[in-house]
Amino acid sequence: MNEKQNNHEIIRRMRRKSLRNSLLNYGIVIVVFAIMQTMIATGHISSLLKGLLVPLCVYVIAALSLNLVVGISGELSLGHAGFMCIGAYTSAFFSNVVGDSMPDLPRFILAILVGAVFAGIFGILIGIPVLRLKGDYLAIVTLAFGEIIKNLLNVLYVGVDSHGLHFSTTSAMDLNMEPTGRQIVKGALGISGTPKNSTFTIGVVLIIITLIVVQNLVNSRSGRAIMSTRDNRIAAESIGIPVTKYKLLAFSVSASLAGVAGVLYAHNLATLNTKKFDYNTSILILVFVVLGGIGNMTGSMIAAVILTALPEMLRFLNNYRMLIYAIVLIVIMLFNWAPASLDFRSRMRERLWKKHGSDAEGGR
Amino acid sequence: MKKLTRVISVCAAAAMVLTAVSPVLADDEKFVIGGIGPVTGAAAAYGISVMNGAQLAVDEINAAGGINGYQVEFISADDEHDAEKSVNAYNDLKDKGMQMLLGTVTSAPCIAVGGEAANDNMFLLTPSGSAVDCIAYENAFRVCFSDPAQGAKSAQFIGEHELATKVGIIYDSSDPYSTGIMESFVAEAANQGIEVVSNEAFSDNRTDFSAQLNKAKDAGAELVFLPFYYQEAALVLKQASDMDYAPKFFGCDGMDGILTVENFDTSLAEGLMLLTPFTPNAEDEMTQNFVKAYEEAYDGLVPIQFGADAYDGIYAIKAALEDAGATPDMSVSDLCEALKVSMGNITVEGLTGTITWDAATGEPEKEPKAVMIENSEYVAMD
Repeated sequence: MNEKQNNHEIIRRMRRKSLRNSLLNYGIVIVVFAIMQTMIATGHISSLLKGLLVPLCVYVIAALSLNLVVGISGELSLGHAGFMCIGAYTSAFFSNVVGDSMPDLPRFILAILVGAVFAGIFGILIGIPVLRLKGDYLAIVTLAFGEIIKNLLNVLYVGVDSHGLHFSTTSAMDLNMEPTGRQIVKGALGISGTPKNSTFTIGVVLIIITLIVVQNLVNSRSGRAIMSTRDNRIAAESIGIPVTKYKLLAFSVSASLAGVAGVLYAHNLATLNTKKFDYNTSILILVFVVLGGIGNMTGSMIAAVILTALPEMLRFLNNYRMLIYAIVLIVIMLFNWAPASLDFRSRMRERLWKKHGSDAEGGR
Repeated sequence: MKKLTRVISVCAAAAMVLTAVSPVLADDEKFVIGGIGPVTGAAAAYGISVMNGAQLAVDEINAAGGINGYQVEFISADDEHDAEKSVNAYNDLKDKGMQMLLGTVTSAPCIAVGGEAANDNMFLLTPSGSAVDCIAYENAFRVCFSDPAQGAKSAQFIGEHELATKVGIIYDSSDPYSTGIMESFVAEAANQGIEVVSNEAFSDNRTDFSAQLNKAKDAGAELVFLPFYYQEAALVLKQASDMDYAPKFFGCDGMDGILTVENFDTSLAEGLMLLTPFTPNAEDEMTQNFVKAYEEAYDGLVPIQFGADAYDGIYAIKAALEDAGATPDMSVSDLCEALKVSMGNITVEGLTGTITWDAATGEPEKEPKAVMIENSEYVAMD
């Protein structure tokens, strides 16, 4: 009886803590949003920072979605840029085909759904065979997947005329379109002329939706099942948790959210081609997750913001900026993970607490 | 444990935000021209050349008394050949008071920046962005030929000089530049009585071209058209020579630089023809002076065509500003409106030829220049 009560108490405390962390994340996003909007309204913002707001949202969403796979489900995905690419291409295609026959906002909302659904479908297709395997197969397959998607889209030509859509994988001339036809996907040139629908407000709304999806999933029964497959696959299997099903759930949700990041990216720039979505971008997103702390959503957001904004903010250093950027990366890594730094931080924390008196609330 | 990290991270973010505010106001006393291009990364050679060429022209103009009596300042930003970073660079330059943009250097970033510049109604003149969509908006102009123009001009050149009737093509299907030239070449070839007997693609990072060369050889191509960059072209020439296949080879401006490839036997490039707007060893006085000044200013670096395009670009902006009688206290949008009209009126005697512009499309009009490599030197063809 006593032990049972104890267990209840522990679970209750855990729930309270995760709830607090979740609320903290929403709080951070809303406060930052409010500060930025005030700065925009009062004109105290540089064009550079203003232009960075949407890309920051893109990378925050991408980092959050990857953290779901890497941090919560414990699998390594190196193809997240591939899912972003699917989301970006399908949604940009949709927006270009529909064009002006629909008002901007509903069209963009539909485009977001299109991108999310297609990326999610590809996530399931990749996940079904691969997530049955044990080991690092997912990393290898997703890496290959990202490159395959890139190369396929590079040779894809799609045009539209009064007869409907025309597809070709050889050249624009083989589309056999009417002279009035419009070419939408131009092979290696990609898609240009996508309407610029992405705004900071929509980006922030999408971040909050992403946070709701990810955090509620993590704190649900399914989320605990996913984490149990990460912590001990054999134990999870022995109590009847279908490992593949739960890993697939996490992976496809993550792919779909990465697709949303891609949609936001595609509707922010006048040009879209596959070059952006190579493995370098996948690794970059992984760096956000690792630096922010695997499994730590707040950390992912902060790391994504700092690492995206930093090279731009260092522009005044001219050619030295990438050097400084690399040094900053190393310093953050050491600060977060080096044993000496951990030691130092815990000593500092103790000292701070002694001064202010502790309120029994511990960090982790 | 994470708390302190959070506090410090938030502080760092706040500090960054604070340094980002307080935009610099434009100086009314001088014209500010911005330049965007890859100064780091794989395409850095192009960006550096453009920045150098533009700076050289600006220094000359300032020494000669400026434009309409006002001095000119050239400020540049790096975009790493990435569309997203290019837009960031554009916004950064705007904060620094840019009034006109010479850029961007590469195509995909140029399309992205073009969209932003159209929103701000900022005058844009790209020295080397050759994709069609680079100047999709009416505030945008370019110095170089567009990709389709290069393909068509190549076909016309081959047809008019009766270099061949059976032509094989090898192109890079992952590269918009290469694909764009190939498509317009094929379209124009039919008008020139040229038969395209083989048209084979490869994808980036390819090192073996024997399959494509064999197809061309079997189809009896007298001339092989190579619309891609010189690094791969060097391999193609080597492999063609290894298989005893010696057709004529014809390239575009991306071929410029083939004689500088390390460990490349330049005798293989003998007889290679290429369409290029600029050759550093041309005889005319203007080129000679430019090359000399460039080498002096940049430690003996020999200019490539990108530098020449940028040099001409700055002089085009100068001519247009003079034509419009513009002054630096005009707003960005007013300058753009004035320059858009004036670009149609001016003629620039530049390094890359005598250039005039079509104010409606933004495309330049100039004679294509072709060279043949003889004794490891460019020799002009006419």
